[in-house]
Amino acid sequence: MSHILELRNLSFIYGKGTPFEKKAVDDVSLTIEKGEFIGIIGHTGSGKSTLVQMLNGLITPSEGQVLLDGKDIWSEPKKIRDIRFRVGMVFQYPEYQLFEETVYKDIAFGPQNRGLTGDELDKAVRKAAEFTGLRPDMLDKSPFDLSGGEKRRAAIAGVIAMEPEVLILDEPTAGLDPMGREILFSQIVNYHKEKGNTVLLVSHSMEDIARVADRILVMNHSHLAMLDTTKAIFARGDELETMGLKVPQITKIMQVLKAKGVDVPDGILTVDEALEVLSSLLKKEGKLW
Amino acid sequence: MVRDVAFGQYFPGNSLMHKLDPRAKLLCFVAFIVVIFFTFNYASLGVVAAFTVFALISAGISPKFYFKSLKVILFVVIITSLLNLFYGSGEPIWEWWILKLTWNGIHRAVFVSVRIVCLILLSSCLTFTTSPTELTDAIERLMKPLKVIRFPVHEVAMMMSLALRFVPTLLEETDKIMQAQRARGADMDSGNFIKRAKALVPILIPLFVSAFRRAYDIATAMECRCYRGGTGRTRMKTLHMGARDIVSFVVTAMIIGGVIVCNILLTSVL
Repeated sequence: MSHILELRNLSFIYGKGTPFEKKAVDDVSLTIEKGEFIGIIGHTGSGKSTLVQMLNGLITPSEGQVLLDGKDIWSEPKKIRDIRFRVGMVFQYPEYQLFEETVYKDIAFGPQNRGLTGDELDKAVRKAAEFTGLRPDMLDKSPFDLSGGEKRRAAIAGVIAMEPEVLILDEPTAGLDPMGREILFSQIVNYHKEKGNTVLLVSHSMEDIARVADRILVMNHSHLAMLDTTKAIFARGDELETMGLKVPQITKIMQVLKAKGVDVPDGILTVDEALEVLSSLLKKEGKLW
Repeated sequence: MVRDVAFGQYFPGNSLMHKLDPRAKLLCFVAFIVVIFFTFNYASLGVVAAFTVFALISAGISPKFYFKSLKVILFVVIITSLLNLFYGSGEPIWEWWILKLTWNGIHRAVFVSVRIVCLILLSSCLTFTTSPTELTDAIERLMKPLKVIRFPVHEVAMMMSLALRFVPTLLEETDKIMQAQRARGADMDSGNFIKRAKALVPILIPLFVSAFRRAYDIATAMECRCYRGGTGRTRMKTLHMGARDIVSFVVTAMIIGGVIVCNILLTSVL
């Protein structure tokens, strides 16, 4: 594996030189490998959103560097658009960015800016729509006639269609109903599996993060607090709680069970895992057949 | 970023200017701005300029912000004073091609630039020291007599305060939409005029959509709180005229008187 993204002493200060000066990201250094699925967590205002916006050059770091494939993204400021195609960014509530007459045209906006035309463009659009579960007949509709969840998917398709090497999603499931969340979430996971792209997911749902992330990045008060494998991070539940975060509910339950003397392993992250462990335990004790 | 625009900004404070009743402040400023255009000789111009400086000092706001608002209209000032400079009447004191410099032109240029600068400084001073709510309250109260001719005073004032309230919200929204479209490769910073105008479409359409959505939301929120228009509404903070407001009226009246006296006693230079 090789580094796809490397951050070196990255800082960002809002309102530099005014009385409202605020350091949103403070001296963050880390590397992200190709093909990794990274979860980003942190309380509101911890600097997550600012951090990810620096990764594709939407905002310029006050200090430090962002290296994409070993090259500083700001080494040629004129070519910053190319970086934005390679590092795709889906903002919170992305449905508010829809503007075209039809869903098809809206999804095509990004790849068109990238320079795709004709068949290539058509293929990119249809593929992105398929990934996000938009039916072909929806492509001819006005984006404003779609339901909330469909709008969200159309907007995400608009970024996926640019075929970015790194996909950043800022709270993609916020405000959707449980069913919509579940569908969208599994589509993101499938996308990652099939394409093998690097995905960065900002979320407040520890359950979601626990299910999919290889590693978790924890931001706390503008600093990088932790970066480790999902299991290792959620084993540090007490520390997370002091940062206003939590471990997944099921992990907490298993930890409590263990403290009470039940023989369960550490680092259970999903309900399915817990079910397996507990049922085999009960079978062993002859309480479940 | 869009948010750097200092238009109509309000700086909370405790100065003399802040404490004036907004109605008194508004009336005095309007009267004074009219007077600016009735200065025809250097004595009256001096009175006006001196009072402008006095008003700015009594507001206690850093000169930095006044310079910022002046910067925006600097271009207008330069163009208008240049035009006036070379199109005066009378004996030319210097001539080249179609350009004619006359004493009359020089006077005109000085007057026009001082007038515009005073105008901008005073209106900045008013918005810097008066919150948008105070300002709309004042306008509502001052327009009350218009109710006699069935002018919807309360509705207009409510619309103004809603509009002012949404300026920062919409600026922030614009910023967000711009970032989102930039992330999709929208190119807003290069190309010719037509290309740039076209690049605005992906920003303006979502902005309109969201403005309408917000309008519906706020209408619902107002109805939920039983808003039924202006009839029978009372105010949490009623405005009271005090001694200092009367003093401000007297001062303004004296300035107006001074300018009139100067105009009668001294000859016009324009």
